[in-house]
Amino acid sequence: MTTLQTVFAKAKADNRAALVGYLPAGFPSKGGDVAAAAALVEAGCDVIEIGLPYSDPLMDGPTIQDAVHRSLTNGTRIADVLRTVEGVAATGAATLVMTYWNPIDKYGAERFARDLANAGGTGTITPDLTPEESEPWRAASAGAGIDTVFLVAPSSTEHRIKAVVDCCTGFVYAASLMGVTGARETVNVAAEGLVERTRQHTDLPVCVGLGVGTGAQAGEVARYADGVIVGSAFIRRILDAPDEAAGRASIAQLAGDMAQGVRR
Amino acid sequence: MAHEGSILTAADLAGNGPHGDDPDVRGKFGIFGGRFVPEALIPALDEVAAVYEKAKNDAEFLREFDHLLRTYAGRPTTLTDVPRFSEHAGGARIVLKREDLTHTGAHKINNVLGQALLTKRLGKKRVIAETGAGQHGVATATAAALLGLECVIYMGAVDCERQALNVARMKLLGATVVPVTNGSQTLKDAINEAFRDWVTNVDTTHYLFGTVAGPHPFPEIVRDFARIIGVEARRQIQELTGRLPDAVCAAVGGGSNAIGVFHAFIGDQDVQLHGYEAAGHGLESGEHALTLTAGSVGVLHGSRTYVLQDDEGQTIESHSISAGLDYPGVGPEHAWLKDSGRATYHGVTDDQAMTAFSLLARTEGIIPAIESSHALAGALELGRELGPEATILVNLSGRGDKDMGTAMKYFNL
Repeated sequence: MTTLQTVFAKAKADNRAALVGYLPAGFPSKGGDVAAAAALVEAGCDVIEIGLPYSDPLMDGPTIQDAVHRSLTNGTRIADVLRTVEGVAATGAATLVMTYWNPIDKYGAERFARDLANAGGTGTITPDLTPEESEPWRAASAGAGIDTVFLVAPSSTEHRIKAVVDCCTGFVYAASLMGVTGARETVNVAAEGLVERTRQHTDLPVCVGLGVGTGAQAGEVARYADGVIVGSAFIRRILDAPDEAAGRASIAQLAGDMAQGVRR
Repeated sequence: MAHEGSILTAADLAGNGPHGDDPDVRGKFGIFGGRFVPEALIPALDEVAAVYEKAKNDAEFLREFDHLLRTYAGRPTTLTDVPRFSEHAGGARIVLKREDLTHTGAHKINNVLGQALLTKRLGKKRVIAETGAGQHGVATATAAALLGLECVIYMGAVDCERQALNVARMKLLGATVVPVTNGSQTLKDAINEAFRDWVTNVDTTHYLFGTVAGPHPFPEIVRDFARIIGVEARRQIQELTGRLPDAVCAAVGGGSNAIGVFHAFIGDQDVQLHGYEAAGHGLESGEHALTLTAGSVGVLHGSRTYVLQDDEGQTIESHSISAGLDYPGVGPEHAWLKDSGRATYHGVTDDQAMTAFSLLARTEGIIPAIESSHALAGALELGRELGPEATILVNLSGRGDKDMGTAMKYFNL
């Protein structure tokens, strides 16, 4: 299992930012998810976030909603998500699960942490779990030896940033803008300030997500962040492709551009 | 804190209520409630909580709210004895709290006026809201028109079709109605979409939440603004009957009208509290909205509460003939009242509710909302249990004008 610590140490040694790609489990199909993630890793993604499809994704924009809805309609279950993690981890990428809290809550925190670790997962990102509610999950994750990543936002006060980073291991996820997931024309200028503010409170790597869609944007974010997170832009290309193979080729090309971007 | 001509005091907003049943600083009612939302929204929720905390102890805010409740919403609403309807309840004396007589025709106006005033104090000029049947949307559009706020209403595309008349009302009132086409295209998806708008536009926008669910402080604020229902009713029924009622009945979807009428009675241990959820086509059919009676504890829309969910925490779509009860979650304070045993929750099927709907119309000349008809159906049964000496207070949360399309279809009118 490749850990986040290894990934960020290596990226730092190369004097570049890490590239983090997101895809929901079960999308574009059962099995097609691992193949798509493998294409991203091949093209230069260092970390893969596997989304656990949830019926009420209130932080996600239309692109990810669409992908997740398709996955759920295809009957994706948590066992499938864990199998996907196993397949992706085998590519050598550090593999995380990004999930809303309720599926873990229902599955059982300790059970999920253990099963994820056994599948080769290196941690989770939980966008709707606040520091105040996170204690049981942090305890379960520590017990299973996996990382816990939480989000800071442009609206976060210094006090909130400190509370969030104190709960993080692995890295801190800085949401670049006030809004939902989805590629944007430009990456919000507030992102750089947020990364700076976050660094006042932690030595952990700080990765920026929300709104990154091109190699140039990835390069721009890589100037000030330790990692660049991309999701909707890949999913959009898969949704627009005539078939899965074409989708893979298309996201590999975009990931390649971005891998160059983070190296400039 | 009472002032001349006032019907409202600081104690009427429950913040410093006598029963120790306020949520803790994290918004927890026991294990329920809290905040499960993106970090980006936390500062906005903190701001709403802080502004509300100040407002509820501010005589000027209370005066403004009181003034609107009296001169605009039509408070206090009356109690009505319904002897001919009561004959069908084993002779128990059923008394209705007439929220159907408020402006816009449902209890929703109380919360909406309070939160619209709060929006002004927040310095925001735009409100957004979710709506299922359209009642909260209409009430929000009404308050926004009154106070000069921009108003955007999210409504499931399926509900837009079912409740076309309310869509037209909202538009007439100057609101923009956005049909939500993802997920089940009903209330829960409208809430998701409203949260997405809020996180994007939080600097200018207040999310005028319509029920006692959602992240802290919404369950507390909406309850406090609806609480006037029970405060009035508790005084009125003692004037009418010389004592407290034996039971208080209300329909429960998200739970705002029920908390509104229950809350003032929570400390009265001899008064039974009964909530009635929509059993739709019946528990066995799987098509129902029995969140408290058949759901399990989980997290939905930012709050830990009872949820209709599968074994992996995916929300299950609810069903009810009444759009206002068609919701797979419920307010956390109801979850707490259920687990503590202080309130009891039951299911009422579509058919039972429609029977009570028609019965009240024919025996008393009052056409109730189908939501409220669930509480009426429950009271009929409860009356037979408690016997002819009993007095039962029912919150008639809204009127049935909006339901005539459904009634025409159901009764072949």
